[in-house]
Amino acid sequence: MKMARTMKFQKDGSVKMFWNNLTIEPEKMERYLDIAQSSLLPLLEGALVYTLPLTLITFSLGLMIAVLTALARISTIKPLQWIARFYVSAIRGTPLLVQLFILFYGLGSIGIVIDPFPAAIVGFSLNVGAYASEVIRAAILSIPKGQWEAAHMIGMSYSQSLRRVILPQATRVSIPPLSNTFISLVKDTSLASLILVTEMFRRAQEIAATTYEVLLLYTEVAMLYWIICFILSLIQGRLEHRFDRYVAR
Amino acid sequence: MISVNGLHKQFGNLEVLKGIDVKVNKGQVIVVIGPSGSGKTTLLRCLNILEMPTSGSITIDDETGDFSKPVGKRKIDLLRRKSAMVFQHYNLFPHMTALQNVMEGPVIVKKLPKAEARKKAEQLLNKVGLGDKLDFYPHQLSGGQQQRVGIARALALEPKVMLFDEPTSALDPELVGEVLQVMKDLAGEGITMVVVTHEMRFANDVADEVIFMDEGKILERSKPSEMFTHPKEERTKQFLNLIQ
Repeated sequence: MKMARTMKFQKDGSVKMFWNNLTIEPEKMERYLDIAQSSLLPLLEGALVYTLPLTLITFSLGLMIAVLTALARISTIKPLQWIARFYVSAIRGTPLLVQLFILFYGLGSIGIVIDPFPAAIVGFSLNVGAYASEVIRAAILSIPKGQWEAAHMIGMSYSQSLRRVILPQATRVSIPPLSNTFISLVKDTSLASLILVTEMFRRAQEIAATTYEVLLLYTEVAMLYWIICFILSLIQGRLEHRFDRYVAR
Repeated sequence: MISVNGLHKQFGNLEVLKGIDVKVNKGQVIVVIGPSGSGKTTLLRCLNILEMPTSGSITIDDETGDFSKPVGKRKIDLLRRKSAMVFQHYNLFPHMTALQNVMEGPVIVKKLPKAEARKKAEQLLNKVGLGDKLDFYPHQLSGGQQQRVGIARALALEPKVMLFDEPTSALDPELVGEVLQVMKDLAGEGITMVVVTHEMRFANDVADEVIFMDEGKILERSKPSEMFTHPKEERTKQFLNLIQ
């Protein structure tokens, strides 16, 4: 497709720009800016009230589930291993959106009604838990056996060894992959819009529906997600730096 | 101080210890030598229950573990507390400073007040010549310094027996001396020590007795002067010839 841009000066002094047959008139430009500006506050509100809390809460819960699942996977107790394997397999083998629909609409249909936000919390936590458990399992297994032995030698129990020696070191290893999970989660929370959580993306949809400025609104909300994720990757960098202080380079 | 009776250790089909009987008196320094795969490290690890013996019994001080039947966690704990191990690869905690490494056992396991544990840890690090490296992380220390922190960490547990598992094998040659010197000083203080090592000079100078192990058995035990000049067993002769 040929993209030809021309500008035409009108008799009344206004400027018409042409991108092929797309016309941007000054009045329209003004309207865009207007909508972009007035939609910013509702969008940020959606982010602050739903998107960010949903992300932070589910990530914390998910991490707890993940640590327990990882420990179950590497334990010597067979039934624990089986349960952990089953859980991880079920969550990773089905779409997140389908999981959310089962929790909200599916359970709702048989009388187990959960509000949108709690349903989202449960769904995302279980999802993060499964994915992060693999990260944490790998991180724990990456710590040399000699560290366990030294911990046992000084008299530590299994849980003391884990808390004082193994997990602090595993944390350092798992920061980059867990940051990945975290950043994915921020964006995945947009799926909560489909189970009626009025988070940032749903706000954008609502405003787009009343103003018909679909491209504008979705671009704007995309920028906001990007900004949030950019800030998060800055934090990741600082965390990595902090945990690297005891590692030889 | 140590009494081992009929100790067996099996890894799958591989029998690594084939009935070990050893007695070590209080204050004795015993050096264990032998070719690789002879089971000397496994024996040492069994003493600290880092390997669970298949059968036999171990007594250290007044604590006895009989491994012919299942042994509970509590028993393992009590027996383990009688000894402390210095590892070939130091196995220091990399996320803790030298001081924290030494304090960890007393504070977390023995519940000693922090201030007290800190004072003791400082004394021990001074003793091994690292009084000026308290706040250094392991990666900021040389191999010899790391191993000396390892010794201080073990001493902080106030064990009845110190176990050394090839403590100088991973070190550059010029760093071996500083670690051996610390060990010599400890021997001079009358601490009971069992040392697995290839340092024959150290064995000759410091050991009260030398044990020669081969294929999971103790073949010979005698004073170093005798072991190194008139070994009784043919296998011992061969081994000593190979390494000298």
